[in-house]
Amino acid sequence: MSIDIDTARRVAHLARIKVEEADLPALAGELSGILTFMEQLNEVDVEGVEPMTGVTPMRLKRRADVVSDGDMQDKILSNAPDAREGFFAVPKVVE
Amino acid sequence: MSDALNRLTIAGARDALRKGEISAVDLTMACMTAMDAAGNLNAFVHPTPEIALEQARAADARIQAGDAPAMCGIPLGIKDLFCTRGVPSQAASAILKGFRPEYESTVTAKLFEAGAVMLGKLNMDEFAMGSSNETSTYGNAVNPWRRGNDMTPLTPGGSSGGSAAAVAADLCLAATGTDTGGSIRQPAAFTGIVGLKPTYGRCSRWGIVAFASSLDQAGPMTKSVRDAAIMLGAMAGEDAKDSTSAPIEVPDFEAMLTGDIRGKTIGIPREYRMDGMPDEIEALWAEGRRMLEDAGAKIVDISLPHTKYALPAYYVIAPAEASSNLARYDGVRFGHRATLGQGDGITEMYEKTRAEGFGPEVQRRVMIGTYVLSAGFYDAYYNRARKVRALIKRDFDEAFAQGVDAILTPATPSAAFGLGEMADADPIQMYLNDVFTVTVNLAGLPGVSVPVGLDRQGLPLGLQLIGRPWEEGDLLNTAQVLESAAGFAAKPARWW
Repeated sequence: MSIDIDTARRVAHLARIKVEEADLPALAGELSGILTFMEQLNEVDVEGVEPMTGVTPMRLKRRADVVSDGDMQDKILSNAPDAREGFFAVPKVVE
Repeated sequence: MSDALNRLTIAGARDALRKGEISAVDLTMACMTAMDAAGNLNAFVHPTPEIALEQARAADARIQAGDAPAMCGIPLGIKDLFCTRGVPSQAASAILKGFRPEYESTVTAKLFEAGAVMLGKLNMDEFAMGSSNETSTYGNAVNPWRRGNDMTPLTPGGSSGGSAAAVAADLCLAATGTDTGGSIRQPAAFTGIVGLKPTYGRCSRWGIVAFASSLDQAGPMTKSVRDAAIMLGAMAGEDAKDSTSAPIEVPDFEAMLTGDIRGKTIGIPREYRMDGMPDEIEALWAEGRRMLEDAGAKIVDISLPHTKYALPAYYVIAPAEASSNLARYDGVRFGHRATLGQGDGITEMYEKTRAEGFGPEVQRRVMIGTYVLSAGFYDAYYNRARKVRALIKRDFDEAFAQGVDAILTPATPSAAFGLGEMADADPIQMYLNDVFTVTVNLAGLPGVSVPVGLDRQGLPLGLQLIGRPWEEGDLLNTAQVLESAAGFAAKPARWW
């Protein structure tokens, strides 16, 4: 499986990482190399094998459906690059 | 004794503290003096001397009051991946520059409740993605070991490279590490210390910056196997805030170090004999086998047939989980946000922020993960890798079902290499560092790296023991027998 420049551009966009046009060929080459390494997995017979989901067979724990914590707006916003009037601020999303 | 307090083990310091021979404040000051003189190692990246002295004074008061758990007054380094309240916690990434958590990770909270002292935060690979500590935003951590008189700076390994360098250079008594594919065991082997990755679920992951959630596990990096047993006891335990932490009793691991392994069965997996493996690693492995046999263990050859597929499976699963976990770094809630141009909207904000904030290796893995999870490829890559993972775990299950108590392997395919030596290599070459350790993460098992000898250039080499799930006590007992038989006492000659 080889990744072309269009695919590399699409993957970068899906990952929300800006990659300059000039850097796309090198990126496509690197990603192709790693995918070629992964192709070894196609040699394995996985017929009838269930995908592994956890290490120890254990029912996912549940907690009581109650509020256990809260009332800490200041703490939650304290690390925000831009917080205003008790909210996270971002560039305009709708026109 | 006062000039060498920082060289003590946890066990030695604990005993001296309880007898009143030393104080936690003196012990902490000795470590801080050693840290100040070790800037060349670039191990500690955020020292916290005020917190350390306050915790040390509190520990001395507890010891005097007769309330002293084993870790009380023990100065530690904390990997930068752990969130520590009010203290920079950046996962060695530019994208978390300035982030000061309002909360404490469960593991560090438990250590502090037990009286441990935090000296500061330790260097690592960015988001724990690397095997040489060369992807850090803080620059390389440097191995205190050198090749004889050759001054070439060597890697301490990664991702817990700062932890390994700090413990090996006696800047702290022990350090926390995390291990997703070998990030505790490989740097421990490269620096001549002990590194334990516990069973997945033994330590809470809450408050540890997530890389690959089904593989990540915290563990101790120490100067001795006994210290690993003591420190694991303080780190482990079920936590309501991590649904994958196991509701399993934490035993007294130290009490399980009996020194007796007569009648135990040690497996030697034939698939770990790699083509092109250096003779010295082969010889070390044979030596370890002989040491355990002399101690009364039965040695058997075993087969783990899916071993060669572990690395490719890992490099699907880990990036897939990372791409999802790292989606949270978007410039909105914490960390770096790019300066925006006229007319830039929210998508440009995400894309520029992440391009500026993530280093090349992190970007590469996030994009690989995005690709293998994208529509049309999920079954071909991700689901297939999870099925192969199930087969890798089955290999181990079958070996244990045949009566194997522990498995002995090399820890790394080489001794520490030079910083920058892999710069032009294919990323896959770097990934091969994890070839002996990554199977253990995929299967969720406990594994420990023990220093066993020096290579002909004078660099430490380690062996790995892999145990049954939840049997860290038994595993550490075997590890201690290996440690005693090897008698590894070498220390790096001080140049820093």
